[in-house]
Amino acid sequence: MDRLDIPDAEWNRVSPKYVWPELIGYLVTGLIVAGATVPLWLIGQWWTYAITAVVVVVTVVVAALTPRRVRAIGYQLREDDLLLRKGILYLRVVAVPYGRMQLIDINRGPVVRALGLSDLKFVTAAAASAVTIPGVPADEAERLRDRLVELAESRRAGL
Amino acid sequence: MSDPRTGADGGGGRPAPPDVAALTDGEWHRLHPATPLLKGGIALAAVLVILFNNAREYVVELFVPGGRRGDEGDPFGYVVDKGWLGLLLLAVVVVIALFVGGFWLSWRMHTFRVGEDVVEVRSGIVFRTNRRARLDRIQGINIQRPLLARVFGAAKLEVTQAGQDANVTLAYLRSASADDLRREILRRAGGAQQTHAPAPSAPGAPVDARGAGTGDATDPAAVAGTSTPGRPGAPAPHRQGFGGLVEQRAHEFLAPELDPDEAPPLSVVALSPGRLIGSTVLSGYTLFLLAAVVAIVISVVTTGEWFLLFVLLPAVLGSGGFYVNRITKSLRYTIAGTRDGVRIGYGLFSTSNETLPPGRIHSIKVSQPLLWRPFGWWDVKINRASRSSTKGAAGQENTTILPVGDEDAVRRVLELVLPELVGVAAVGVAAEEARAGSPAPADAPEAVASATVPVADASSTGEAAPPAVRDAVEATTEHTLSLVEGGLRSSGTDGGFTVSPRRAAVLRWFSWRRNGFRSAPGALLLRKGAIWRQLVIVPLPRVQSVGLVQGPLRRRLRLATVHLHTVQGPIVAEIGALDQDDALDFFTTAGREAVAAAHADRTHRWSEETP
Repeated sequence: MDRLDIPDAEWNRVSPKYVWPELIGYLVTGLIVAGATVPLWLIGQWWTYAITAVVVVVTVVVAALTPRRVRAIGYQLREDDLLLRKGILYLRVVAVPYGRMQLIDINRGPVVRALGLSDLKFVTAAAASAVTIPGVPADEAERLRDRLVELAESRRAGL
Repeated sequence: MSDPRTGADGGGGRPAPPDVAALTDGEWHRLHPATPLLKGGIALAAVLVILFNNAREYVVELFVPGGRRGDEGDPFGYVVDKGWLGLLLLAVVVVIALFVGGFWLSWRMHTFRVGEDVVEVRSGIVFRTNRRARLDRIQGINIQRPLLARVFGAAKLEVTQAGQDANVTLAYLRSASADDLRREILRRAGGAQQTHAPAPSAPGAPVDARGAGTGDATDPAAVAGTSTPGRPGAPAPHRQGFGGLVEQRAHEFLAPELDPDEAPPLSVVALSPGRLIGSTVLSGYTLFLLAAVVAIVISVVTTGEWFLLFVLLPAVLGSGGFYVNRITKSLRYTIAGTRDGVRIGYGLFSTSNETLPPGRIHSIKVSQPLLWRPFGWWDVKINRASRSSTKGAAGQENTTILPVGDEDAVRRVLELVLPELVGVAAVGVAAEEARAGSPAPADAPEAVASATVPVADASSTGEAAPPAVRDAVEATTEHTLSLVEGGLRSSGTDGGFTVSPRRAAVLRWFSWRRNGFRSAPGALLLRKGAIWRQLVIVPLPRVQSVGLVQGPLRRRLRLATVHLHTVQGPIVAEIGALDQDDALDFFTTAGREAVAAAHADRTHRWSEETP
């Protein structure tokens, strides 16, 4: 069974270090949720332990898949648009024409910043096309942004 | 003025009327003097009514001695007995003076000016705001006339802009000058030169083809427009004494919602009250209502308790108001094409009428509620970048541009809002192609790439051969019909649609044969739903980005979903359960065509000559 994929696409991958912020994010969320189920133990029923176990297992599975998921993120600057793909199980590919970009954000969370990375976020007039390239090395992110702003400026289109 | 072309083109060739010339001279102007009354008048009136209510018994006693009962619950009498009447009157006078003074001051401070490129408004007494709106970013201009304002001959003009709370509202203006001001703003926004005579109606529509295409539709209308000598509410008769004023108001009240001088006053769709009432009665709300009534009856009969009746009865009773409101708001619905875009008007008592310049419609949905199906009725909704503060036809968000209509009405509306797809420009494109000796004009729908940049190769060949143009017109009319019919009722690959494969029947039980897409000149069409049928049309230059999604279940079935992202609105343009390869093809071509179309798009200055 052949996979759905864009033909002859050369994907730029995000930094492998981006696994860490993702992992930390999942682990913290998992811990909080698991911690929230702990008071249920006071009821003394067996299924209260099962709930905690399920939370732990889900967190571990999601965390274990993180490296693959990070590897699956790819972007590509084509002639007229930016192509971005994400996801293994839920594949999502978005093509954003340069002329449609209304603004470009660079976001840096604490963990992301500690690793010297940045997240790039693109906003168009359509809320649905909100596109993020996470985990780009900080200096490259700045370069990429300047390049994209330049491209957007040269192909400016209305709404 | 006797030349029909100038008449149809409105402000194209002649200078703006004097009062508008004064409004658009780039200086600061104030709003209608009755504005404070219209904005705050209701509150003031309420205060006076309360006061009078309390004083009523006292006043009665002045004329009918002994009529006053003198009980404790009469605050006014109490005040008078205590001898505080003078104080009370003083307080009332002071409060009213404060109100009037405040409103008057706010009116004095509220000024606007219309320049060549911007509309600018200054307002506020303590907190000043200054808002500038660029004319080429206008998403539409809406003129509303609430009932009270109509009595004063005033109107509210709203220049809508993309984004939340970004509109420029001029409330209130003199009713007649609001229409003229709108025309003037649109003329400037369109980028037409004042000295330049007729401007092309739609981007990329060659002028000669325009004459050929719209001849039948515009000419009688234009003559009708120009033969009306005095527009209702023209500035001249304004100060002719009270009698003249009353007459003028009455005339304004009865005048058709479309200013006859501005546009061909013929609405392309006639919405009969019977159909409107029928469609409202057959809405989903009625189903809910019937269910409620049945639930009440059953609960009363079986349990003997009246509990549910008391819970649901208010909703049932309130529905009468809902129906009446919906119907009066959609009455006198009109839609017509003007030089500066589509104009939609509606409303019986409070009227509203909006002009949408070309290229401001981001997607269109033609859909059919289940109950409308036996009658063949459809409604048309649009996505737009701006949010108007007012409700639209039928009291819904003002995204409904056709509350109800049959297939023919739908086709006429689509012709207006998508001229590049089904209307004049399509004729022009087909004519160009016929002239350039390219394949038969019937192939026009397939030749997407050339259609999106119609002007580029337009002037390369010589004079138009009239028969070829006529053939093209006929072919396009046929194509238009097939396009609409194909999109609305057909299924399978009829109408050039690519549909879901058979295995998609797992996900689209009834509609897999109908669920499909196609591209047409300047737009993408998504056809969906076998029970709740709908057709989504996304103009190519308005596509913001394209998405392709595949989940685990769809992966097993080798299916995928394509999203066409447009600005937010009631329409989500996505088509699911397509064959994986078809979806990938659609994704690729849609993305490529959207870029080309956006590049060729000139609608932000719709009347400007294309370079």
